[in-house]
Amino acid sequence: MRLKSLLAAGAVVVIAGSALPAAAQGTLDQIVERGEVNCGVTTGLAGFSNPDSEGNWTGLDADICRAVAAAILGDAEAVNFVPATAQQRFQVLQSGEVDLLSRVTTWTLTRDTSLGLNFAPTTFYDGQGFMIPKDLGVTSAMELDGATVCVQPGTTTELNLADFFRANDMEFEPVVIEQLDEVNAAYFSGRCDVYTTDASGLAATRASVAENPDDHIILPELISKEPLSPAVRQGDDQFLDIVKWVVYALIEAEEYGVNSENVDDLLENSSNPVVRRLLGASDELGGHLGLSNEWAYNAIKQVGNYGEIFERNVGSETPLNLERGYNDLWTRGGLMYAMPVR
Amino acid sequence: MADQTLHRTVERAAREDGDAPVVQPPATRSGVIGWLKGNLFNTWYNSVITLVLLYLLLQIIPGLIDWLLLSAVWEPATAEVCRAASGACWAFIHEKYRLILFGTYPYSEQWRPTLAVALFLGMILASCNRHFWKPWLALAWAIVLLICGTLMYGGVLGLTQVPTTRWGGLPLTLMLATFGLAVGFPLGIIMALGRRSHLPVVRLLSVAYIEIIRGVPLITVLFMASVMFPLFLPQGVSVNNLLRAQAGIILFAAAYLAEVVRGGLQAIPKGQYEAADSLGLTYWQATRLIILPQALRISIPPLVNTFIGMFKDTSLVIIVGLLDLVGSAKAALTDPAWRGFYRESYFFIAVIYFVFCFSMSKYSQHLEKRLNAGTRR
Repeated sequence: MRLKSLLAAGAVVVIAGSALPAAAQGTLDQIVERGEVNCGVTTGLAGFSNPDSEGNWTGLDADICRAVAAAILGDAEAVNFVPATAQQRFQVLQSGEVDLLSRVTTWTLTRDTSLGLNFAPTTFYDGQGFMIPKDLGVTSAMELDGATVCVQPGTTTELNLADFFRANDMEFEPVVIEQLDEVNAAYFSGRCDVYTTDASGLAATRASVAENPDDHIILPELISKEPLSPAVRQGDDQFLDIVKWVVYALIEAEEYGVNSENVDDLLENSSNPVVRRLLGASDELGGHLGLSNEWAYNAIKQVGNYGEIFERNVGSETPLNLERGYNDLWTRGGLMYAMPVR
Repeated sequence: MADQTLHRTVERAAREDGDAPVVQPPATRSGVIGWLKGNLFNTWYNSVITLVLLYLLLQIIPGLIDWLLLSAVWEPATAEVCRAASGACWAFIHEKYRLILFGTYPYSEQWRPTLAVALFLGMILASCNRHFWKPWLALAWAIVLLICGTLMYGGVLGLTQVPTTRWGGLPLTLMLATFGLAVGFPLGIIMALGRRSHLPVVRLLSVAYIEIIRGVPLITVLFMASVMFPLFLPQGVSVNNLLRAQAGIILFAAAYLAEVVRGGLQAIPKGQYEAADSLGLTYWQATRLIILPQALRISIPPLVNTFIGMFKDTSLVIIVGLLDLVGSAKAALTDPAWRGFYRESYFFIAVIYFVFCFSMSKYSQHLEKRLNAGTRR
């Protein structure tokens, strides 16, 4: 009897602490009902998702979450950021703890097919590179035979590193360290000869952690393609479409010169049919996504176009000081190409 | 005691005689020099060790003081000013202390976790006083925990709701540690009793539980709770991540505490059990009135050892995406404008951890002395 009541109490506790969304309900309906987007981010990565001094999440990935919230709910701040480590990120998406994973995740075939998720368009094109102290006199990654390499575990980085050395018939000794600051410390204290991670991370580390940034060079070889993309759960095409077209809308807005400052003016006065369609002044594009017609207007007005997001978080005015490079618009030689919003 | 009295009597007798002046022991045997000679330079190898340590201290201390105090940036400043200075950047702590202490809890609402932590610590301090160890203390705890929970979570009385994903920093660490130990402790006692039980099923279950949990690292338990467990649940059902991690910590703490308590149980002489039996006490009466009070008193040092260990082990929840004190200190370091000040960040939380752990240690010593008053020799 006593055991029974104990078990019952336990069950009540578990159910009280759990969310029971109706299984048939789509992600969009859940978000609208909840009034906010649950968005998975890192536990802290400069420029992509990190809390500022007041505990607000900032960064390029965080702003993608905000743009999606603005498009769906009309409020860029209606985001519940859920920090997730590299190892648990796919699980939090699968189990429904987050609607959207915007967490520097590389789009690969295995992840796309075997983890029960779908990727939205790439929001940052990165590639894995090597940084070494200049006084080692190495100028190419092909000269790294026998090197000690600092690397973070549990990501594609470790795998790429092993592949690269095997493909070129070279030996290396990995120094595997989980935390970013500790990897940095290990490299700058000379515990390893080489530090490998995505080139954006190398540039950021060199700019802000190195005592003298000129003492370190990033080797020209990029050994991998790292298209960092938001991901959603597989099986909800409508929500995938929404995230996909929000990203395209941000890129399209930059291409057509629409930004957070001139968006009101263009909504009233623009005669360009592309801009009018994008901002919802003509056509009913929002309806196709299940959203209001101001979906793109809200995202651009409250968060900015892709160029603004890039410059604000990782661009040349920030400590990370990254070039647009691959992340420039296709019209300027980059890879950012939005499918036509029409 | 007797020696001193004798010594004083002899001294007094000598003084009263008048003719024999009191001769102080030679300077090399008393005072500072005597102490040094007796403790630091009493053998040649102790002298060598002392000199080596003295040399090392002289090498470390001046630089440390210079870094910590003299060359440090104390006033609020930008990261650039800090990078130019050679000492510690306390401006970083000034800028980030609220993020470190409260994680991503909404900035304008941070009076709520502040109040909750203050109430909580006040309650712990009050509970340290043995005069308050009365049944009403449990009721007081229930009320305070309810208030703390309401403050943190909100959603009633005009407080905005703050989801647990935004909890962080010190309140999270205190919560994980306290609930982990407070729930794990009774569970551990049951396991310890179960392991010594004469009922084979109970004993086997207890042994299996303790050995399985002790056989895996805490990180594995947390991973199971956070990553594996949700996969067993039906689609769409999810248990709060914080609750899962908390459950993992409780289960882990229980297994370790069980073995500590079992150590105490084994130290009770057989005669105590037999005396209890001969008084006609039932198993539970004997355990509650005779065995456990003695066993727990003996176990205080290893219990506190485990408490302190578990308190620090809660920092592992960072791997399941919870920003406890260590996690939020690490997150504070990821601000692009303030990167690289990890010494200051870790020093700050080290001081906080030290205050808590040292207090626990000191209180346990005090408690040990009080509870052992009857058996001291």
